[in-house]
Amino acid sequence: MTTMTIAKAINEGLRATLAANPKSLLMGEDIGPLGGVYRVTDGLIGEFGPDRVVDTPLAESGIIGTAIGLALRGYSPVCEIQFDGFVFPGFNQITTQLAKMHARSHGNLTVPVVIRIPYGGGIGSVEHHSESPEALFAHTAGLRIITPSNPHDAYWMIQQAVECQDPVIVFEPKRRYWLKGEVDTAAPGPSGDPFKAHILREGTDATIVAYGPLVPVALAAANAAREDGHSVEVIDLRSISPLDFDTVTASVEKTGRLIVAHEAPTFGGIGGEIAARISERAFHSLEAPVIRVGGFHMPYPVAKVEEDYLPDIDRILEALDRALSY
Amino acid sequence: MGTHLPSTEFDGTAVDDQREADAEAVMGQPPAQMVQLLGPDGKLGADPVYSSYADKLTPEDLRGLYADMARIRRFDVEATALQRQGQLALWVPLTGQEAAQIGSGRASQPQDYIFPTYREHGVALTRDVDLAELLRQFRGVSNGGWNPKDTNFHLYTLVLAAQTLHAVGYAMGIQRDQKLAAAAGKAGNEPDAAVIAYFGDGASSEGDVHESMVFASSYNAPVVFFCQNNHWAISVPTNVQTRVPLSNRAKGYGFPGIRVDGNDVIAVHAVTEWALEHARQGKGPVLIEAFTYRVGAHTTADDPTKYRGSEEEEAWRAKDPLMRLEKYLRAEGLADDAYFAKVKADGDELAAYVRRTAHDLEDPDIRAAFANVYAEAHPLVAEELAWFEEYSAGFAGGDEPSAQHGAAAKAGH
Repeated sequence: MTTMTIAKAINEGLRATLAANPKSLLMGEDIGPLGGVYRVTDGLIGEFGPDRVVDTPLAESGIIGTAIGLALRGYSPVCEIQFDGFVFPGFNQITTQLAKMHARSHGNLTVPVVIRIPYGGGIGSVEHHSESPEALFAHTAGLRIITPSNPHDAYWMIQQAVECQDPVIVFEPKRRYWLKGEVDTAAPGPSGDPFKAHILREGTDATIVAYGPLVPVALAAANAAREDGHSVEVIDLRSISPLDFDTVTASVEKTGRLIVAHEAPTFGGIGGEIAARISERAFHSLEAPVIRVGGFHMPYPVAKVEEDYLPDIDRILEALDRALSY
Repeated sequence: MGTHLPSTEFDGTAVDDQREADAEAVMGQPPAQMVQLLGPDGKLGADPVYSSYADKLTPEDLRGLYADMARIRRFDVEATALQRQGQLALWVPLTGQEAAQIGSGRASQPQDYIFPTYREHGVALTRDVDLAELLRQFRGVSNGGWNPKDTNFHLYTLVLAAQTLHAVGYAMGIQRDQKLAAAAGKAGNEPDAAVIAYFGDGASSEGDVHESMVFASSYNAPVVFFCQNNHWAISVPTNVQTRVPLSNRAKGYGFPGIRVDGNDVIAVHAVTEWALEHARQGKGPVLIEAFTYRVGAHTTADDPTKYRGSEEEEAWRAKDPLMRLEKYLRAEGLADDAYFAKVKADGDELAAYVRRTAHDLEDPDIRAAFANVYAEAHPLVAEELAWFEEYSAGFAGGDEPSAQHGAAAKAGH
């Protein structure tokens, strides 16, 4: 066990991948000598050279599009998109090409491209630097979407993403990059399957589902609820596509109440999909409607008011109160 | 000049007026000289660079180029007819562009990899793609239709210019393969490969073309950008896409740009062979602009009479790529009536084969679509497939779960 931050864990995971797989390579803006704007690739160009850690021209469509070509030639590219809001110039390549190439070719071609996207708010930044666009990608068949919330998962999930033969988008909770935790670099343990949800804390009265940056918030809310005498189960979704509905359903069958929290706007978001599926799967177990806690239907607001936008402990507790009131 | 700037950077001290004047000078220039070896009159001219490539073509090669062009034109006529008869939902005719496609495709080597857009039926022929498979997409039974690994001819790409970036990435992979081979002491075991990215004058406006040329230039990738300027992007003429000859754009990226008579199969072959050699030798990308004309409609759903005059079409028919090569072959005594009769008979045979095969193309099973969304098992796909099977089985005498066990097993673990 080693203690490290999420950023360092991804760095070490990428290092392990580059060392183990000679066909793997990193691509992105400023990922070379600078080590990326968040230093996630720090030091890797020195170890693996500029053919494996590629500083690209400043063009996201170019990054994704050339990564597809490299994958068609047998390589495993890991692309870094500098910030969530900058993925959109590459959106066309991701949704019309990357996601569909395997199906288009009747399974003859695979494009194991990994796209790393730092996402979410809470860092007091300017426009386009705090968004949570995961639902836009989850809606596209052919893509897999995962999001680690702790260093151990971050270390293993980035490697598992590269090993996966499908395209995988790894949404990295940027405001948690400096969150420290224990990492077992010898074995993934319970993190062996990146597409399974984890129950982080067991409870009997309600379930909170969260992922990425809101996992620590959900845990803190559950702790606060315990002081009020409520036993709350917390699930870290880890994977958004596929989404582990079995784990969520089993939890709701036990607790009868479900709160889904994410930073992304609630309208058209992952929370709505979970609410719909759970109402189909566990209708008779539900004691209350599924309640979503998320961002508002507005462009991500300016830094000075982002605290009013982002779901926090109190917002989740308020939702919990509503669920428990039924 | 700032010492931190690479020597290729502008230093920022140049007077803007001068830059504007330079730009205007470029804008005002006539099109860059077009490489032409075989004129519409069937006479073979000379070129200081490319004649040496043309000279390598044997009489058999020349007859082969003609036969290929004739076959693909006959195929085009047949596919258009199949669309008119309701056998295809849509067809994308290539007539007029045979020389651009056959000449460039025949210049490629088996180890090269080709990224077409969606009109490159002639290039497909040169890569030994079963032409009947080209019809699958247009009959609605596939979004691809062939395995690119068999022929190094990639699937058609309908989102214009997306494939130009794939081509550059693929070329970057070739570069890495060469370094890995060298590191393993196996340099030279495999023949050097290059990539061709096809696109058109319309697609040249897409940002992906720009980005692909930037990446190709930055990494000196072994890629040939082959732009068929057929003068019309559906109904919009080339002058809406560009104020300068498209081949001139290469200058801005720092690699050679060549305009070639796209209806001259000998020149196209020579220029493409030169460009592929250039790329394979590690000298970087090349842009070829094949100056040609889409004689027919954009697709069978298009109506060119709404946006262009018949005089223009007639003028281009006079530059027909097959006619001029036929004139040359006859004048040089390289082919006679019997030869041309045989070419026609071969074309009719191909057309019959394509028609027969198109009729026989089986409708696909949606279970195969479930199976190929992901390469690895995906629980949502498995769940939806299971639902579909149950739902289908509910219809009396209906859609029983078929023998496609492989598809179901893959989607459902």
